[in-house]
Amino acid sequence: MGTTIGIWIAAGLTLFIYSFLYKDNPFYKFAEHLYVGITAGYWLIYTWAYVIQPMLLDPIIKNKEFILIIPAFFGIIMLTRWFPNIAWLSRWSIAFTVGMGAGLGVTGAIQGFILPQVQATLIPLSGFNFETFNNLLIIFGVLTTLIYFYFSKEQKGVLKYGSKIGITFIMIAFGASFGYTVMARISLLIGRIYFLLSDWLKILK
Amino acid sequence: MLKGKGIPVFITFIVGTIMIFSFFIPHKPFGDLEKISLNWYSIIAGFTMLLGVDSLIGMHYRKITRRTGNWGYSIVLIAGFTGTVVIGIIETIRLGTAFNEASYFTYIYNYFIVPLQSTMFSLLAFFIASAAYRAFRARNFDATLLLITAIIVMLGRVPLGEQISPNLPKFTEWIMQVPQMAAKRGIGLGISLGALGVSIRILLGIERSYLS
Repeated sequence: MGTTIGIWIAAGLTLFIYSFLYKDNPFYKFAEHLYVGITAGYWLIYTWAYVIQPMLLDPIIKNKEFILIIPAFFGIIMLTRWFPNIAWLSRWSIAFTVGMGAGLGVTGAIQGFILPQVQATLIPLSGFNFETFNNLLIIFGVLTTLIYFYFSKEQKGVLKYGSKIGITFIMIAFGASFGYTVMARISLLIGRIYFLLSDWLKILK
Repeated sequence: MLKGKGIPVFITFIVGTIMIFSFFIPHKPFGDLEKISLNWYSIIAGFTMLLGVDSLIGMHYRKITRRTGNWGYSIVLIAGFTGTVVIGIIETIRLGTAFNEASYFTYIYNYFIVPLQSTMFSLLAFFIASAAYRAFRARNFDATLLLITAIIVMLGRVPLGEQISPNLPKFTEWIMQVPQMAAKRGIGLGISLGALGVSIRILLGIERSYLS
């Protein structure tokens, strides 16, 4: 019974959202606001269940890990934004998280991306075959794309031509990403239509 | 002195430097610092959730009290939020966790959030197509290239593409593996170098806009 009601609710909300294809209307607005409200509530409970309780409260209460009072302190002073006269305290929390992000950013960017990607671009160019052609194209594409984003010097001469070729590679990449995004959205659309025809209307088996 | 930017800049420098040192010293206590810091980061971020919720609910509460345009929908939003939180708390007390398969909280997730979210995103299939038509009309070489690549990739990923030509999926794969990957790698390297530069500027206190 609960499942049947749930399917009817889900189907109704799906149709409410699709009603926007005709024009903006109260049904769409209702579903939209409901979505935002429920999602905010869901993430609040999620944060409690998967962050605050297991990472902060349980270790302090059960394992006596009092060192966790430090992040708790920084978390609480983040909330001083509610009180204008002590709102400046929240900067300490922001500084803490930004410092952590910047520190991880230095090592993470070098070890996690720059070195592996440079290494993957240093590929063999031996022999006259299709693989060599592809490898050459990859090296050429990476270099010209980097040239396109190099703004420290006026783009003229070699830089100008490099930049023009770079934008060609970038357009191919954007086109491919766009194609992929469209396909992902269409597969979601197929999923919703399948739900309506199968789970709700039972037309498809 | 306490209210100034000196202490925050000092905190940023110390925390960032410790993170960098911990990377190079894989022994205790430095070895575990990265993991511990990420936990601490999650805890602080958890508290910021309250700020976000306060901002959202506060804005809609004000809309209701001032009876501004479409305030009725704000009631729907607050009711949805309150209902979900109350059910989440009740189920946490009743079952130990609100995320139990048998809980009403999971029911809300399955029959409200999942359909609403996937329908919202699938709605974009229509708008992305019309936006693409307007934005990418083949006005110049670059736009044409983008459009053609998008069409090839889309066709190459569905059975229709293989019906048109058996080589189309292979060509799509080549686009993804060679020119697309080259540009993506170039963009990624540019972003990483930029992130590296900004991180160093932040640690040295040159970049302070995050404190304003």
